[in-house]
Amino acid sequence: MSQFMTTFGIWLGAFFTISIFSFLYKDNPFYKLAEQIFVGLSAGYWFIYTIYSILIPNLFGKILSDFNSNIMLLIPALLGMMMLIRLIPKLEWISRYPIALVIGTSAGISMLRYTQSDVLSQVAATMINPLGMNTIGEKIGSFILIIGTVCVIMYFYFSRKQEGILGATSKFGIWFLMISFGASFGYTVMARISLLIGRLQFLLGDWLHIIKP
Amino acid sequence: MNVNKIITNLISLLLVLPFSLNAVSAFVAKDHPSDDGRAIDLAWNVPDEFTSVTIEKLDSTETWFALTKTASTVSDYVDNDGIEPGLNSQYRLIAKNPANGDSLMLSTQITSRAQWFNYKKSPLLFLLLLLSGAVIYYILSARRGKELFIRRINGLESMDEAVGRATEKGKPILFVPGIGDLDDIQTIAGLTILSQLAYKAATYNADLIVPVSKSMVLSTAREIVKEAYLKAGRPDAFNPDCVFYLTDDQFGYVAGIDGIMVREQPAANFFLGTFYAESLILAETGFGTGAMQTAGTAQPHQLPFFVVTCDYTLIGEELFAASAYLSKEPNQLGSLKGQDFGKLFIVLLIIIGSIMEMSGIHWLKNILMFE
Repeated sequence: MSQFMTTFGIWLGAFFTISIFSFLYKDNPFYKLAEQIFVGLSAGYWFIYTIYSILIPNLFGKILSDFNSNIMLLIPALLGMMMLIRLIPKLEWISRYPIALVIGTSAGISMLRYTQSDVLSQVAATMINPLGMNTIGEKIGSFILIIGTVCVIMYFYFSRKQEGILGATSKFGIWFLMISFGASFGYTVMARISLLIGRLQFLLGDWLHIIKP
Repeated sequence: MNVNKIITNLISLLLVLPFSLNAVSAFVAKDHPSDDGRAIDLAWNVPDEFTSVTIEKLDSTETWFALTKTASTVSDYVDNDGIEPGLNSQYRLIAKNPANGDSLMLSTQITSRAQWFNYKKSPLLFLLLLLSGAVIYYILSARRGKELFIRRINGLESMDEAVGRATEKGKPILFVPGIGDLDDIQTIAGLTILSQLAYKAATYNADLIVPVSKSMVLSTAREIVKEAYLKAGRPDAFNPDCVFYLTDDQFGYVAGIDGIMVREQPAANFFLGTFYAESLILAETGFGTGAMQTAGTAQPHQLPFFVVTCDYTLIGEELFAASAYLSKEPNQLGSLKGQDFGKLFIVLLIIIGSIMEMSGIHWLKNILMFE
């Protein structure tokens, strides 16, 4: 029985993989079927995952096992219930409070976190001494790093028209951005090719046994 | 160079001073500064005749165990193993000279305390106060009626064109807020643009489709679109089902949106928020349907895909500036101006810091590199 289920699973996987790939030709009933099952199945999976991996271990389990020590958990529980009140149209407004709390808290925490990690740490990392580098390549690279960072920041300066010195630095900035995008594009495409290779290995190896898995 | 050396020496002297009160032999324990009370600084200074120094600590079973053993007679050690704030810790130093058999034992004790402030993070506080001050100043200026200029952002000029095109063709507008949740600032930025887009769609009577992948985003997006229709004076035209949940799963979400794009054939697609590996799949499908596409994210690895497949791309910071640009609302304009002030300050800091590093002065970089 277990052998049958394994084989059945492989055939099912192969069918859905080919159905999804068929979208490369055009939209068709096989793709529609695979898409609907994928969306429905994953939505159901995440629903169950949320209950068993988040709600039970982090809320219900703790409250039921030791209520006094976990009384603070009633606050997020209450906020969660306020969200569910959206289902009653007349009381829909109540759900705005947990939304406001989440957005406000996220913005506040992000501000602190990003100021430290994306601003101060990056600024400190850009403060380098190119003249102290060992090779000529490292020296040039370090100068490019400082100039590139300054130019890119100036590209995102919105308070003035991009004319004169600001225009020139902004132009350099967008060039630096585009070069980095090009490098990033190539790097990411390589990573995506590995995903395709994974699927092809499944089809040709696990399913058709043409290649060794 | 000399000034730097003098400053460095002065700082070193100040740091050593508390530990060197007894020049002959001293063993001092101090609460580690700017921490949560889980570390103790130990420092010792014993005569040079001793060749072995062992630092021991008394554990909960009243037994002494060695923390560290060294040949250095002037040194320090940070004990951060099992220290609890408010609990007393006892230490002793045993120095030995095997050559003449002399030995020395010094003991000390201390109770560590959690500190209210982490002074190492003062640069962070300073920068936040400076940025907040600039933002508040410019918001107040904007409210007083001062004209605040914002340069043209191409990607955002497309919104009117996209809505007009959708209205003319009688086809919907697709807005995708990405796979981030509400705790992601990019999702919030995307949703603020949705507010402007929904307002224009309501004004021109264009249909809007907003598939989402997170429950919190669903509630928020629905509220935002409803509010926009209300603001446009067309609350009756709001269809709650235009904002709907697909799935939390990344590729399930993409598969669903791809299906929507090929079946509904939207006239314009907006991808604004957090995107990962799905970015190219979405934008490429949209490109295939011939829709006018505008994308925006702060994910550096996904931006190249949007740049090559979309008509307009909001790069990083432009996504966050979009809301102010579109609404021209004083609070948001002032906020954007304040952020611009912050950018100028950062550029200045980088230039000054780099010049200082080239001159061999490192204190500015050091104070910014706190943990």
